Amino acid sequence: MFNTALTWSDLAFLAQGAAMTLAVTAVSVTAGTLLGILFGVIRVQASTYWSVPLTFVLDVFRSVPLLIQLVLANAFQSIAKLGWGPFTTSCVVLSLYTAAYCTEIVRGGISSVPATTRRASRSLGMTWWQDMRYIVAPLATRVSLPSWIGLTLGVMKDSALVLWLGLIELLRASQILVTRLQEPLFILLICGAIYFLISFPIARLGGYLEKRWSPND
Amino acid sequence: MFNYTFHWNQALKALPQMLDGALITLQIALLSMLIGVACALALTGFRLSGNRVLSGFATTWIEIARNTPALFQIYMAHFGLGNFGIHLSPYTALLVGIAFNNAGYLAENFRGALKAIPDTQTRAGRSLGMTALQAFRFIVLPQMLRVAFLPTTNQMVWAILMTSLGVTVGMNTDLAGVTQELNARSFRTFEFFALAAVIYYVIAKAVTLAARAIASRMFRY
Repeated sequence: MFNTALTWSDLAFLAQGAAMTLAVTAVSVTAGTLLGILFGVIRVQASTYWSVPLTFVLDVFRSVPLLIQLVLANAFQSIAKLGWGPFTTSCVVLSLYTAAYCTEIVRGGISSVPATTRRASRSLGMTWWQDMRYIVAPLATRVSLPSWIGLTLGVMKDSALVLWLGLIELLRASQILVTRLQEPLFILLICGAIYFLISFPIARLGGYLEKRWSPND
Repeated sequence: MFNYTFHWNQALKALPQMLDGALITLQIALLSMLIGVACALALTGFRLSGNRVLSGFATTWIEIARNTPALFQIYMAHFGLGNFGIHLSPYTALLVGIAFNNAGYLAENFRGALKAIPDTQTRAGRSLGMTALQAFRFIVLPQMLRVAFLPTTNQMVWAILMTSLGVTVGMNTDLAGVTQELNARSFRTFEFFALAAVIYYVIAKAVTLAARAIASRMFRY
């Protein structure tokens, strides 16, 4: 088992795959979080005319498998002749997917701020924006951050699915090596170890923050 | 706007085939949940047992299941086990992968649910003359199931969505697999996958609503 044909350049190839995974994750999580914050505020604050359709649309992203979403988006971009490459398509889909979950997290965070606190700030003469910026944001972040970290890790893991569009990320890179070297277990173990090394410390940090910041301890 | 003619008829004609695939999808999801709940209960027990080896085994399982992609776990079952001479069919590999994943997440849910039940309840039960097993069976377990019920149904929806990953290991009988096969024959990608998306959505919503209905009946008090 320890006589492996794996060379350093193969490992570099895996590292490139991991970099692609991280790039897709970084772009999608950034865009998705910004969208999620926007949608979350709309969901809590806007009238039902806005929030109900928005909730429905975002719910679709959470109830349809990501793989199907990716295939659909790819087919759509070629039908509409948008000329997106696999990277752009993956990032757009993953961003919307992230936004759908992030909206719920943001909504939960905002509604965890007691209405009395917000009324107090408004009656001190703060504008809506000041109330959001100085009162709601700090309090809501404490509640939302642990689940947001969980979401980020979830998106990192789910980004493995973009291999279906032909993007060479970590899992696809290891699959290519498996096909060439015929050592599935060894290479997949390395691949899994890389995922684990990225995910585990951050998951632990999330767990720690959740314990540290939970209101009733 | 688009220079493309949609052929929805073709997709609609294939609807019976796709619904058959949806049944397989549901079957895999249900089986994986049953196996997952059984494994998760065992893992929770292992963790509480105080035995180093058992709790280490449980922790390893849970952390691997939660910190690697589900697709990786399915690949492991399909390609990785080949090293030991175990060659699973796509169906079995998918089932094993999802069940492994479910067990990890559910074990964490169960642990959280157990934590939500105060220790004093067990002690109260014991001081009423119950044995440890009775206290667990009649006091802790019913409350734990109540707390864990909704997260478990969420996991069920996840399991349904995860079955679509089977297509990457060559599964061709579940909903995603059937759709992919139809797509390979006709290249009507958008139409077929849009229909598949609708079916997945309906299934996921039906499961969620059914779970809510069951919960509101079962946990009235």
